[in-house]
Amino acid sequence: MKDKLKDPVSRRKFMALSGGSAAAAAFLAACGSDDSSSTMATTTGADGMGGGMADGETAQFGKGDLGIVNYALTLEYLEAAFYADVVKSGLFKGAELKAIEKFGREEAEHVEALTQAAKSLGGKPAAEPKVEFPLEDAQAVVELAATVENLGAAAYLGQAANIKSPEVLASALAIHSVEGRHAAALNGMLGVSITPDGAFAKPADAQTVLKSVEPFIVG
Amino acid sequence: MSHEELAHPELVAGVTVDDDSQDLSRSEVILKGALAAGAVYGTFMVGPYVRKALAMSGGGDVDILNFALTLEYLETKFYEEAKTRARAKGELKALVDLIAKDEAEHVEALTATVKQLGGKPVAEPKFEFDYNDTAGFLKLAQTFEDTGVSAYNGAGPQIKSKDVLAAAGSIVQVEARHAAAIRIQNGAEPSPEAFDPPLDEMQVLKAVEPFIA
Repeated sequence: MKDKLKDPVSRRKFMALSGGSAAAAAFLAACGSDDSSSTMATTTGADGMGGGMADGETAQFGKGDLGIVNYALTLEYLEAAFYADVVKSGLFKGAELKAIEKFGREEAEHVEALTQAAKSLGGKPAAEPKVEFPLEDAQAVVELAATVENLGAAAYLGQAANIKSPEVLASALAIHSVEGRHAAALNGMLGVSITPDGAFAKPADAQTVLKSVEPFIVG
Repeated sequence: MSHEELAHPELVAGVTVDDDSQDLSRSEVILKGALAAGAVYGTFMVGPYVRKALAMSGGGDVDILNFALTLEYLETKFYEEAKTRARAKGELKALVDLIAKDEAEHVEALTATVKQLGGKPVAEPKFEFDYNDTAGFLKLAQTFEDTGVSAYNGAGPQIKSKDVLAAAGSIVQVEARHAAAIRIQNGAEPSPEAFDPPLDEMQVLKAVEPFIA
């Protein structure tokens, strides 16, 4: 099953033909961008469950696309739980509460979709992590929400080009832009730029993302 | 035909798009993905979703980039004009300026990338936008931004170069951010759905055609 998933006409094969690095150079020039993201998971570490180099930074969650899907699922679990807790906290009312509830519902839909995607890839969906968030005052909660959403959007962007299955990629893209919408809405609420990276959003590698959410994972 | 059969025409279409018995893995994945997703969102969403993402013609990365460039030309022109035409004030004025700048940078980046890939950047069409006030501007802006997001999302799986895909991803996220901000100005939900639907090239062309003079 896993071998079959490796489409003979894969993106990788085309890569060599289409002068990809030249395109990157053009974009990097246009963005005035800095370093590219690291692909080494040194601290969180592949614990022997994953495969070799090819699985890269999400190897701890499974091989190839399954690892990426389960990595995304873990983040979506975290987001969904966060919004559920925020709704229960009673810190928000009216329009703000409605917006938070809607975002929460959307994250829950992402959880369901990614769970199904993991199964459709013949894998086991990642387990829901136990999470805990500081929910003391409304301002701090919106700030945390914005941090989480901006990070989530960057996480999807960091993985998009690693995805091999066009179907998984289509799903990831459909979610990625929704995370971007959430992030912009929350940035707007805080009065900070809706596009903090400028005209080109920056990706985040899995190691950076996992390290950022680590404080909220309690088991 | 039974009700059951009629209820799932998109799903069937989605699966048969890739009807190649040599390539079991791909149709298997499409089928499983569609069925799984169908269970979650209902077939209504999933059939077109799978089909559209796979239906775009394989014109290569340069064609896709030129298509994106056309949309970015449109957005750039639209927001440049809006600086004087939309009668935007305060927060909205700042938003128009920000988006205009982002879209112009997208045009530059896409133009440079087409050239780097050895292609010829498509010429800028002439555009005409029909609106008279801020409300009219916002309505069009929402259409353009949401369409832009869906256009990139639809094209994404067709992109062959990893680097072009990463670059398109970094643009589409910014389009999504614009879309959310414009929608909020319109009093609409920043994210109307949990999944931004993909649009194929024909659908996008149909959406923007009325504005090409």
